[in-house]
Amino acid sequence: MGSSEPLQYGFANILLFLAAAVGFVVFNLTLGSFFRRDRFDPEKMKVYECGEPAIGSSWIRYSIAFYRLALVFLVFDVEVVFLFPVVVVLKRLGWLAFGEIMVFVVVLVVALIYAWRFGCLEWITAGMEKDSGRSEPGGTVADRARPC
Amino acid sequence: MPGTLTDIINFVIQTALALVGLDYARVPEMLRIGAAMLIACAAMLGYVAVVALFFGWAERRVAGRMQARQGPNIVGPFGLLQLIADAVKILVKEDIIPQTAHRFLFRLAPILVFMGAFAPFVVLPFSETLVVSNLSLGVYYALSFAALEVVGVIMAGWASNNKWSLYGGMRLAAQMMSYEIPMGLAVLTVAVLSGHLNLRTIVLDQQGHWIFSWNIFRGFPWAFLGMFAFYLAGLAGSKRTPFDLPEAESEIVAGYHTEYSGMRFVIFYLSEYATMYVVSALTAVLFLGGWHAPIPRVLAWGGEVHWEAGPVLSALIGMANMIGKSFFLMFVMLWFRWTYPRVRVDQIVYLCMKVLVPLGIICLIGASVWALVL
Repeated sequence: MGSSEPLQYGFANILLFLAAAVGFVVFNLTLGSFFRRDRFDPEKMKVYECGEPAIGSSWIRYSIAFYRLALVFLVFDVEVVFLFPVVVVLKRLGWLAFGEIMVFVVVLVVALIYAWRFGCLEWITAGMEKDSGRSEPGGTVADRARPC
Repeated sequence: MPGTLTDIINFVIQTALALVGLDYARVPEMLRIGAAMLIACAAMLGYVAVVALFFGWAERRVAGRMQARQGPNIVGPFGLLQLIADAVKILVKEDIIPQTAHRFLFRLAPILVFMGAFAPFVVLPFSETLVVSNLSLGVYYALSFAALEVVGVIMAGWASNNKWSLYGGMRLAAQMMSYEIPMGLAVLTVAVLSGHLNLRTIVLDQQGHWIFSWNIFRGFPWAFLGMFAFYLAGLAGSKRTPFDLPEAESEIVAGYHTEYSGMRFVIFYLSEYATMYVVSALTAVLFLGGWHAPIPRVLAWGGEVHWEAGPVLSALIGMANMIGKSFFLMFVMLWFRWTYPRVRVDQIVYLCMKVLVPLGIICLIGASVWALVL
């Protein structure tokens, strides 16, 4: 591999970089605090929502579409993670390993087709579901999205 | 020939101390390694800051040129000192945290984002010898730590207690998460061709016949398509136009950093340019031959002329190649910004899930067959 340094130094470097990132942010903020002048003003401390007074908190429930996308993401990201060790040694393992990993990939491709077929990959928000104006073969987008 | 950046730094320190009359060999080994690591880390931090500031200037200049105007051109030659003026101005800006925000998470978010942007620099190679740490898990490490940025941005969006910030943070979460899949699949395409995850080995594998031994041409249709999938996914991951929905100013003000001002805002800004650089450099390393020059090493004019450079010169040439390729790819990102309009949320999901993911899976299968046949 051509690595002339022991492994632990590599990970010490990572630790040092993470610490340096924290240090960089904290250092800059501290340095700035010697020069800047903070004037308290109740108007300034409000959240900016285009100049209107904010109505209620923002810690609310938001569109389910994000959650569904996150679930699909989880499935495929785990797939990618499992594929990493296999592809590195694929040349050494040969066709048998290729066939075995193909079974794994095909199962996930079927899952992708399923999700696609049932509209899990469509971006549907609450507002779109109400108006059924978008008609497509096989019902509206909202109709197809219902099973998942 | 020195093996790593640590060796080079140690060599420089040793030479410098020998001039003063001190024997560096008498310093304990742990201290020597620690000093070399600290210097390497500080150098990379400086490099990130310079790249970010430079592109902060370049972005405005390029934008100006593409819109038939000048851009910053008053302060210093070509307006280059503008970035120093900006840095000073930002330093004295007020630090505002909204009263209704979650104060702890609000402060923590920029730190996490910068950590995610800065961590991949540990493994980015500049030449065969110039790399901070030659991890055998290089690409894997870079991808996984880049994902730390998502956490920071969701945190920023949520902690601000601002509706725009929340929308921006959630949009970014959806976007970055989904684009990690095609990115990972594109990296797998290269990993299966090369059989390694170590960035240095991946680049060394691409040595040989001019640009035709680079991965884009070596694994022809698959890695070639994979490069576009990787670059597009990286573009979406670094929140650049046409994928800048999380900070779409016409819809949600400034997205997840609406409430951030002064230095904290600049940390987000810096991280964006750092991420752009990481994506560009990784594209160069994985697909475009890393530090190998696009001109052949063996020139044949009549007779064969072998051209070999010494360690210092080849490190410098490698660094020039690497930085040149990365900067070109970053310039393409700036170019995109003034060429394409912003896409919609559903288009982003469409492009990722229905175009790039199937493409990535096909590329991976094709490249696996290539790797076993060739």
